[in-house]
Amino acid sequence: MPPDGAAAVGGVVSALDVDHVSVHFGGVAALSDVTLRAEAGMVTGLIGPNGAGKTTLFNVITGLQRPNRGTVSLAGTDVTRKGTHRRARLGLARTFQRLELFSTLSAVDNVRVGLEACGRAAPGAAVGLLERVGVGEEAGAPVSSLPTGSARLVELARALSTEPKVLLLDEPCSGLDERETAALGELLTSLAAEGRAIVLVEHDTDLVLRICGAVHVLDFGQVIASGPPEEIRRNPAVQEAYLGHAAEAEPTEAGG
Amino acid sequence: MSTFLSFTVLGVVFGAVYGLLAIGLVVTYNTTGVFNFAQGAVGMVAAFSYWELWQNEHWPFLLAIVFIVFVEAPLLGLVVEFVLFRRIHGATVERSLMVSLGLLVILLGVATIFWSSPDVIRSVTPYFTQSNGTVLSVRLFGANGVTLQYQQIMIVVVTAVVGVALAVFLRRARLGVAMRAVVDDPELVALAGAKPYRMSQMGWVLGFMLAALAGVLIAPLIGQTGLTSTQLTLLALNGFAAAVVGRLRSLPMTFVGALILGLITYYAQGYLPGHINAGLAAVLVEVIPVVFLFVALLVIPAARLAPAGRLSVRSAPKVVTARQSAVGAVLLVAAMVVLAAMVGATALATLTQGLALGIVGLSLVLLVGYAGQVSLCQLTFMGIGAFTMGKTLGGNSWWGVLLAVAVSGAVGALVALPTLRLRGLYLALATFAFGAVMYSAFFDNSSVISDGSRINVGRPGLPFMHAVSNQAELIEVAVVAALCLLIVGLVRRSIFGRRLVAMSDSPAAFATVGLSSVRTKVIVFSLSAAMAGLGGVFYAGQQGGIGATDVQYIGSLTLLLFVAIWGIRTLSGALLGGLTAAALPVLQTHLPTSLADLTGLAAGIGIVLLARSPDGILGTAWLSNRIHLPFGYEENESGLLAVEHEVASAA
Repeated sequence: MPPDGAAAVGGVVSALDVDHVSVHFGGVAALSDVTLRAEAGMVTGLIGPNGAGKTTLFNVITGLQRPNRGTVSLAGTDVTRKGTHRRARLGLARTFQRLELFSTLSAVDNVRVGLEACGRAAPGAAVGLLERVGVGEEAGAPVSSLPTGSARLVELARALSTEPKVLLLDEPCSGLDERETAALGELLTSLAAEGRAIVLVEHDTDLVLRICGAVHVLDFGQVIASGPPEEIRRNPAVQEAYLGHAAEAEPTEAGG
Repeated sequence: MSTFLSFTVLGVVFGAVYGLLAIGLVVTYNTTGVFNFAQGAVGMVAAFSYWELWQNEHWPFLLAIVFIVFVEAPLLGLVVEFVLFRRIHGATVERSLMVSLGLLVILLGVATIFWSSPDVIRSVTPYFTQSNGTVLSVRLFGANGVTLQYQQIMIVVVTAVVGVALAVFLRRARLGVAMRAVVDDPELVALAGAKPYRMSQMGWVLGFMLAALAGVLIAPLIGQTGLTSTQLTLLALNGFAAAVVGRLRSLPMTFVGALILGLITYYAQGYLPGHINAGLAAVLVEVIPVVFLFVALLVIPAARLAPAGRLSVRSAPKVVTARQSAVGAVLLVAAMVVLAAMVGATALATLTQGLALGIVGLSLVLLVGYAGQVSLCQLTFMGIGAFTMGKTLGGNSWWGVLLAVAVSGAVGALVALPTLRLRGLYLALATFAFGAVMYSAFFDNSSVISDGSRINVGRPGLPFMHAVSNQAELIEVAVVAALCLLIVGLVRRSIFGRRLVAMSDSPAAFATVGLSSVRTKVIVFSLSAAMAGLGGVFYAGQQGGIGATDVQYIGSLTLLLFVAIWGIRTLSGALLGGLTAAALPVLQTHLPTSLADLTGLAAGIGIVLLARSPDGILGTAWLSNRIHLPFGYEENESGLLAVEHEVASAA
């Protein structure tokens, strides 16, 4: 599996391809020439300091933000000019760093809207998804009464409701405690094992390096490093930009 | 040449005043996030105040202007900020919109109380008029040139100075930069040590001062034959249009928009009457700013559908169950059967009208309450329904009712189509413009409905009766209202209803689960307009017809407000809102004339409540078990970037 997007020609089609994407807000370059890919069956990590452009990249991939340059493809289909809902029907789903729940609906209705959107309204399906992500007992609660962590999990369940092939998760662990984070990590691994491509934006570097098969590091809107986790951990540019100047970050044994 | 020049001068002068009004809007919007629908009404109060001070108190005109702009307007702005807007800082667009509409109704009420008696003509002579009646002016370019009045020169100079001063203030001064940042992320500004409400106070004060300045400057231009409140508040439309050209952000573009609008209006006035009939020309001049606004809304680049910048944490009243709505429907009909036998003619008429308006209110619950699409033209749909009814088979056939529902539903879909990409405030403005166009070009057009008269609308007959008595009519309307209540409840509990709420709660998430808001919006608009049209049939049936005065924009606003005050997301709120809107004008006739504007008064009290309880009176009990999400401060990339950009461009 090529770790870097540049070598993606030999007939292999990635679940998600971001190709030379640039976004400017006025004079500020939020993303410049970002190229990355996500493969089915794997969690792809996307890390970088605050303001590096991770959320903007998600907005570009989902079509909420039009890129100034570059293309986005899903399973080989160029979707750069397609609307957000069309991309969703092609199997793209996401969660939001700043929660975007249907805030006046209950948790189960949030998931139900997603299920109904793709014509799957089997009774119990919504509760089933909530149980799978670990908030089954909150099903009837209005989402505005949920703590942030649970609300994020409801968003995850809603994202899963459309049976996505590509799943973008924007800081799903913020608001979760250590135990819950570990459980979510396992869940993501198994979701990926079922054949989904998952892109994970997360500040919990340990989690990212543990469950991701490939990691991209974004800084000032540019990909400064891409590769398997152990390589990223050792990369001096990454340590400089993200893990801090602390070059003492000890190279550990490959944490798979 | 001379004609051209003098119309150019008029266009520029009026454009300047529109510009002042519009930049006030833009400044308030950018510091508080609230689009002040009452901007024109503030100008109106200022103009009336000027007349009061200058005519009745004999103040010198400059002193009066200075007092109004530098004392009265800032004070009014502070009061309004404190009483109405401080509590709703960061609220959803719909809610802040509702409160600013409330302010408009309140100010109109104030004007009605103080300056509405028809036996006084409130005329204002031009500034710089000598005691012998000569208006001071200079002549430019000789005989083929143009006469410039001193006051025209003053208006343009004052506007230019104010515009430049404001631009410098917002770009350079620390406070100005902070004011521009506060809307992008109030929390961030708060972190930086500034008090967000100070900024929004400044925003309101500045906005009110600019509106007042526009008001006093325009008073002598339009007030020679007497100031009227409608004439003055309609000026606001020009301000809205100009502000939209500036995309509610750019002051220079706002001024450009205002100038173009002023020029178009006066060239039209100057050159049209000779060629087309005068009636059409008059309509055109009225319609120009509205069409301008509509086109500007459709042409400006869409606000991107990125995740909303602020969290809208809200919950909702419990969804009404099938049983509850069935019980409610039965109770409604039963109550009306009893009341029909008991009450006198006036009460009977009021109840019938109130329930008919209640049906329109239910259409608002569907559209605004559930789908979050603010419509300020619901009475227009109502009027279209009534008009269709009146024009079909003698105006009293059930076929007419069906056709009325179909036609108003179709018009609803037609309004939805061009406005699909508009959301929140822009959509509200577009519907406002649509209502205004329909009023001026259709209902108030003497070739459609002759002046001051109505299109006859009868009562759809019942199979077992020859003539429909007033009592039977009330019961008939009650049955229809009960059916509508059941329908709206049914819609809310359906897949489509969940979709409406989802679209309203988070358009971004709505799209990311694969739903297109296009279809949803067209359907809900059409459904809502059809229901409003149905209400219109019975509204007009009760009073025997439909005329222009029934469908004025202020009526749409008032009904929306009353429904919102009772609870825009409750079915009973819709009916109570309709009944309130019908009952207040009747109650008013029993009051001393000093309290002449009960509607404004009630709206005023109601809106203060609404600023505290977003779900209206019926939502307050439920409010107590509302729990806030324990959100801490969270990093927001787009917000940070926006502020960085602001700071960068300010430097």
